[in-house]
Amino acid sequence: MELTKLRMVTIVAESILEERICARALELGASGFTVVESRGHGSLGRNAGEIPGVNVRIEIVVEDRVAEDILQGISKEYFNHYSVICFLSDVFVLRQDKYRKKGEAQG
Amino acid sequence: MSNQSSILSASLLSPITLCFCLGVFARLIKSELSVPKEIYLGISLYLLLALGLKGGVELAAAPFEIIAGPAVATLLLGCLTPVITYIVLRRIGRLSVADSAGIAAHYGSVSAVTFIAAQSFVADAVAQLPGAVPLEGYLPTLLALLESPGITIALALGVLNSPAAAERSTSSLIHEVLTGRTMMLLVGGLIIGALIGHKNWEMVAPFYDPKGGIFRGLLCIFLLEMGIVAASRLRDFRKVGVFLVAFGLIIPVVNASLAIVLGHYSGLSIGGTSVLAAMAASASYIAAPPAVRMTLPDANPAYYLTLSLAVTFPFNIIVGIPLYLDMAKRYYQFFL
Repeated sequence: MELTKLRMVTIVAESILEERICARALELGASGFTVVESRGHGSLGRNAGEIPGVNVRIEIVVEDRVAEDILQGISKEYFNHYSVICFLSDVFVLRQDKYRKKGEAQG
Repeated sequence: MSNQSSILSASLLSPITLCFCLGVFARLIKSELSVPKEIYLGISLYLLLALGLKGGVELAAAPFEIIAGPAVATLLLGCLTPVITYIVLRRIGRLSVADSAGIAAHYGSVSAVTFIAAQSFVADAVAQLPGAVPLEGYLPTLLALLESPGITIALALGVLNSPAAAERSTSSLIHEVLTGRTMMLLVGGLIIGALIGHKNWEMVAPFYDPKGGIFRGLLCIFLLEMGIVAASRLRDFRKVGVFLVAFGLIIPVVNASLAIVLGHYSGLSIGGTSVLAAMAASASYIAAPPAVRMTLPDANPAYYLTLSLAVTFPFNIIVGIPLYLDMAKRYYQFFL
């Protein structure tokens, strides 16, 4: 079984940002993402977003370079004004081709 | 019993108001009671579609020259109320541009549930007036007209006056405001209602008629949830402060007064003018919050959500609607 090490960017944000963040991730080179509704407690209180509706947790598995671009983009665009956190972790995947945008050269 | 106090007690003792109070009470004593989100959304879908359908049927039957005046008055209100609200908040309240514009977007738009409650209440109250004109059936059309201009104008005020506003294309904002759930159901319902005519309406009327038992029964459950939501924001009163709470109680009456003058001038009946006043007095809490959050992220959501949900909405439901009817009656008597 051949496992490949990739990065997973996890973003927890108020749900109104979902569409914009996901579109940006695809633009920056992600081949896909997973979104789950979530709730929790953060530095701003019980719920990250005040607007009725839950938060979203967006997970994006990508190569190192793309992960950094996404983190940079998110922090530049949203950290000042919105309830957003994001973090990076290592993941080991099967079928690494699935995580690369079609048409991009390998390596 | 005097006329005013009987109007007020009719409002206080309506099942709609009492269900709202039950929701507030349940939340205050930390009861586990809540209306599941999907059911809440389902009921709001039903209420808006019913409103649109019935309004559309009546709209098709009303001649253009009768609707034109009230329609212009409504659009004028939609343009004036956000500007008045913005100026009061900026000049007297000394709030930031983003906060002022964010709150103005809520007060410039309209709460459909306040409209529904006003329509039910005023229709009953007007029927008891001697020789009174029945409520105009096309009022939901005015609701649809009032929904968007206020949000757009207030957000434009915010964006033009603050360089820090989020970069966002005007077209995506207008798309969002015009294609929201409320607008789709209300305008879609109006068009369907206008197309189907009275005979087809009769087939679905037992289910959709806003005067019917199903509509008012579901409205009670909706108001129960509104009570829970409103009460859960009460803890934010401290963050909001005395000025803004007072603002949330006074500005509805100011906007309602303006609506009564315009409603009278445009030829609406006493009942129609009262409902228009309730619309102008109300603050949106479905369409406006996401639009404001996206466009003016610096505006504090605790301000605009607490004001529209926990201050102005309960005020209008419990005191405002009977008050506006009474104000309209006095104003009309003055011109007799």
